[in-house]
This record gives sequence, structure tokens and C-alpha cells, in this order.
Amino acid sequence: MPGEKILLSHGEGGKKSRDLIRKIIAKRFENPILSPLFDSGLLGRLDGEIAFTTDGYVVTPAIFPGGDIGRLAVCGTLNDLSVCGARPVAISCSLILEEGFPVATLETILDSMKAAAKEGNVVVACGDTKVVEKGNADGIFITTSGVGIASDGWRPAPENVRPGDRIVLTGTMGDHQAAVLIARNRLELAAEILSDVAPLSSMLLDVLSVFGGSVRFMRDPTRGGVGVSLNEMAESSRVRIVLDESRLPVAEAVRGICEILGFDPIYLANEGKALLIVDGKSADPIVETLRKTRYGRNATVIGEVTDGSPGVLMKTVIGGLRAVDYPVGDQLPRIC
Amino acid sequence: MQLKYIDEFRDPGLAKGVVDSIRTLWGDRPPMRLMEVCGTHTVSIARAGIRSLLEGAITLISGPGCPVCVTPDGYIDAAIGLGKRPDTVIATFGDMLRVPGRISSLEKERGQGIDVRILYSPLDAVEIAAGNPEKEVVFLGVGFETTAPSIAGAILSAAERKIENFSVLSSVRTIPLAMEVLASDPEVRIEGFLCPAHVSTIIGSDAYLPLARKFGVPCVVAGFEPLDILYGIYLLLRQKKQGVATVENEYSRVATPSGNRKALEVLAKVFRECDIGWRGIGVLPRTGLAIADAYAGFDAQKKFGVEIPFSEEKTACRCGDVLKGKITPRECPLFGKACTPEEPYGPCMVSSEGTCAAYYKYGVQ
Repeated sequence: MPGEKILLSHGEGGKKSRDLIRKIIAKRFENPILSPLFDSGLLGRLDGEIAFTTDGYVVTPAIFPGGDIGRLAVCGTLNDLSVCGARPVAISCSLILEEGFPVATLETILDSMKAAAKEGNVVVACGDTKVVEKGNADGIFITTSGVGIASDGWRPAPENVRPGDRIVLTGTMGDHQAAVLIARNRLELAAEILSDVAPLSSMLLDVLSVFGGSVRFMRDPTRGGVGVSLNEMAESSRVRIVLDESRLPVAEAVRGICEILGFDPIYLANEGKALLIVDGKSADPIVETLRKTRYGRNATVIGEVTDGSPGVLMKTVIGGLRAVDYPVGDQLPRIC
Repeated sequence: MQLKYIDEFRDPGLAKGVVDSIRTLWGDRPPMRLMEVCGTHTVSIARAGIRSLLEGAITLISGPGCPVCVTPDGYIDAAIGLGKRPDTVIATFGDMLRVPGRISSLEKERGQGIDVRILYSPLDAVEIAAGNPEKEVVFLGVGFETTAPSIAGAILSAAERKIENFSVLSSVRTIPLAMEVLASDPEVRIEGFLCPAHVSTIIGSDAYLPLARKFGVPCVVAGFEPLDILYGIYLLLRQKKQGVATVENEYSRVATPSGNRKALEVLAKVFRECDIGWRGIGVLPRTGLAIADAYAGFDAQKKFGVEIPFSEEKTACRCGDVLKGKITPRECPLFGKACTPEEPYGPCMVSSEGTCAAYYKYGVQ
């Protein structure tokens, strides 16, 4: 029905709940694990080390240039599994809806979850839906958990990072947060900036299958961006990372918006990028392999691991050296 | 969107050329003591790593050109006091939120229920007032000549639209006379000024002529990009070497000798000169802009009978000495220990343009 809104009765467990779940939600994700609508999804026997992750998504606006909260909720969890070297098997989908949320928008978001799950080759195995009174949520919140099977013989190993290793970034920085900021502030800009939200499983797992022994560990630089992820990586490996400012990839439009608003793209969130610390000798072949993939076209080496006290430094474009620290006190809006 | 002329001002080859010229020009003379007055310069210098490039040739000291940093704690207390009045909205630039007053900050008080709104333009505060006639909207007018015209513009707009529930708690300061105070301080020993870029677009580069002549200090107006700064430093060293002290304008693509006439007219109309306290420095005569009598209805101090007390607080925090360039942040006993960007003790650590924050964020340990 056009214009239909989510009502409290959609969450009360009666006929309306049942209709919402069966006809709108479960119908889209149809698969043998979910469809019986048991109280748990039965995944069958899994062979290998199990990876398990969870994440909540509260981005506003729920639909932004280049994606929406549904695609984000699937990709975010898939990417968390992937950077740990795990092949995604199944995810959950827990929705918190605010009374009055348009059903049509919910359907758009669910369609987008379905498409992302298909692209990421994962099933939605279980779910839950709650409705809260108007004013007690912001339209829609989604939580997804994910189960994956770790690649044979590969584990994240920050302890193996050593001087001479290289830092690889799979593409441009800051697209997601820039897109959301523009949508939130209704900034009128000539060029469109699209969120990079994307499932990275196949790209990263392919790299691991060929270069597994050379990849020390990986992170997806979401909140806090490349700057924060690298600081965490330097901390957990207890090494110094030196970035080359001239090699940091930033889309022209993102750079423009950062110059205008005073943001540093290195601290802006990404939802379709990965950082890899790899053996120096394998860096170039890994970059080449990544560049052949859809989401790794702009992959590049952005820095290296050197001797020295742990932390992240940057060789600036004009040849100076400075620290890249954790950002503080930025009033970040809800971006993921 | 293509934002042109960014890379041009960050060109590595040209930068190396200027650095080499500076080295050749200066030889092995003792480092020249230069002050970059403006907080945006401080951040740009730290971000580009310029100190590390010019080590030995110059000593760069950071000046008081961060508006948040020089705002006295009494002002914050006054703003909080106003915010506690019923039906009052405090509208402010975001930087002010975390500045500590004597006992609290706007951020903490917002948690306790006062209505604080973060804006990008003073005109937005006028809109809030227009849309909420039952509320009193007080804009925290903090800044230098750069922001002053937009504050004046907001007052003129409110006056024209007869929006009577809008007012400004003015804490606007002007730069050139404050630079004279620093130039005359034998403890600071400034041998050259890198003059603020944006302030100069308003007041014009000629505004520093009295300073250069009176104190024999070379002045260069420079932009904020790395090459602007490097070339500005080169010009300062060249003046020093030639034994001249005048004003040169590196930022001629934006700043002119006489400034922005329209903006200066608006300032003259809405504000009048006054003495004002600078946190950590003291009361400096004729460096403040108070709201002129013709617009007294928009002066929050008069409207609500608010006093902004100024006292020279004595604590372990050495922001005052940092602002005057007497010490670098690392020489303050609190730096990085009791005073960090997460838990700032002094204002120089609060503002993103504060000297201590820039040292903390970009400093190579």
C-alpha cells in the first residue's frame, strides 16, 4: 500500500508482525536456512576455524549517495570477516524500526541488503524486528552479526610485521564519510561523491589465496579512517609506520570538500577499503592483483614500516616529517 | 568538483627550491626568530612539517592568533550565565564548546541542559531568532578582523529585520596593536612577523606599516599553503639580511594593501574600539571591538547587564607564555600530561588552531 507506515502493531507479535516479517522481510532473503523461520538458523557442519563478528548501524540519512544503511549493514559485517581472512557463511539481520517509518523505504533498504548479500555470497540466516515509539529511534537501526570460516593456515599476525614491510591501501580515502556529510548537510556541489560501501570478501580472499604468506594483517579503515586504523596497526605491531603523503589516494571531489570544510581525508571513514601490511617484496604484485578487481582499481602502496619508536609518521608532500596521531574531539555525526 | 590551485602551492620541486634559497641566503647565521601570528599558520606549518625542513635557519614561534585561545575564562563564565537564563539559546562556533571557564565549559553545561547550538555563520543565529520569537538568542561573537565583518553583518541584518531577540556577546579582538605589544616585549625578541593571511584580506597589508617602522621589524603577509609560508619566510630573512624593515605582501592574490573597503565600513559602523583582556597576556588597550551605541540593543552585555571579568589567573598552565612565544608548548609542565586534547587544561590545547594542540597532534616525538 503506497504511503504505508510502520506502526507499533508491526512489532507486537500479532498478525501485522507476522505479515511484515513473512511478506516483506523473509521473502526477500529466502533461503533454506532462514525460510523455515525456526528460532535459530541451522548452518550445518562448518569445517575450519569459525570467525564471528557483530556491528550496529545507525547512519543518518538512511539512504545516502552511493548506498544505504542496508548495503552498509551487510558490507560492514562481511568486511569485518574478510579482513580476518574468513569466508562469510551467514549473517543475521536485526532491525529496530521507529514508528512511522515508511514501509516503502524499508523495502528499498531490504532490497539493497539482499543485493549486497548476493554479491558477497552470503545468506541471511536469522533475524529479528522490533518497533519502538516515535522519537525513540531515528527511522531505522540495523544490527548484523556474521559467521565465517577462516582461511586455512592464515591468521592476522601483527607480531610478524617488520621493517621493510609495506602498507597497501585498496583505494581512495574518505568517500563514504564525504558522501554522508554532503547528504546530511544538503551541500550543493557540482560533482557527485558516492559512498564506497562495498563487500570486499572476494577481493581480499583472492589475495590471501595467492599471497597469504606475505600478508601480515589487514584492517578495514571505517570510523576514524586510515589515520586511526594505521595507528591501531602500529600499536598492535609495535612498529613505526611512515606514510608518503604524495601517494595517499584521494578522489578529486573528496579533496575539494575536505579543503572547503577543513577535514583531513585521512580521518574520514571508508566502507569499501582495506589496509594491508605486506612483505615488502610482495607489495607490487599484490597491488597489481588488487588493481584487476572491481573494488581495488586504485590500490596503491602508501607507506612502509621502518625502524624507530612505534607510531605513524608522514613524509609531507614538500619533504617535511610530521606525526599522524589519533584525532580528538571531532564532533563526528552518525556516519555508519 | 575540481578545486584548482591546491597542488600548485604544495609543489615539492618548488618547495625544495625555496628551502635551498633560504639556506643559501642565510648561510650559517644564527637562526632568525620569527613569529607566525595566526593559528591557521601554526597548523599549516605543523601539517607540512616546515619546522623540520628549516631547522637551524629559523626559530618559529607561534603567536596569539587563535581567537579561542585568547578568550578569557570570564567570558566563558558570562556565556554560561546567559545560557542559564530561561528561554535562552547560546549560538556559537564549535571551537568554543570545550574551552574551560573557571568552573565549567559550555560542553559540560549543555549536558546539564542549557541550549547551545553550533553554527557556521552568525547569520544562522539571526535565523534561529527569527524562527523562535519566544527565545532570546545570544551569539558568542569571538574572533578577529576576519570573523568580525560577518558578526557585524548579522547585527545589521537583525536590525534591518527588526529581530529584537537576537544579541551578540562580543569578544572581538584586533591584531596589529597586539603585535606591537609583542614586538616591544624584550623577553619575546621577535625579529620578524609572518602576518595573518585572512586578517590581512580585511585590514590590508598596509595595516602593519606602523609596526614595521616603529619597531624595525620585518613583516610579510603570507598565505596558508606550504609554498606561501616558505616564500614568506624567505622574504623575512631577505629583509633581515638587507637590514630593512618593511611590509611585503606574498598573499597578493587575495590581500591588497588597503584591505576590503566594504568590510571595513561595516566594522566601523557596528563596532567601536575598546580595551580588552587577552587570556594569558593581559588587558591590551584599543585591541577590542565593542558594539557601537547605535546598536546597543544587540549588545548582550548591555541587554542583560553582564560583566565580563578579567583576571590574570596564576596556575601551572603556561598558555600565556606560549601565546607570547616565550616558551614552546613542550616547555610547559602540563603539556601532554595534565593537558591533552582529550582533557584540555588551557585554551591553547582546546582549539584545533591552538599552538599546543598543533604541537601535540603533529609533533614528531
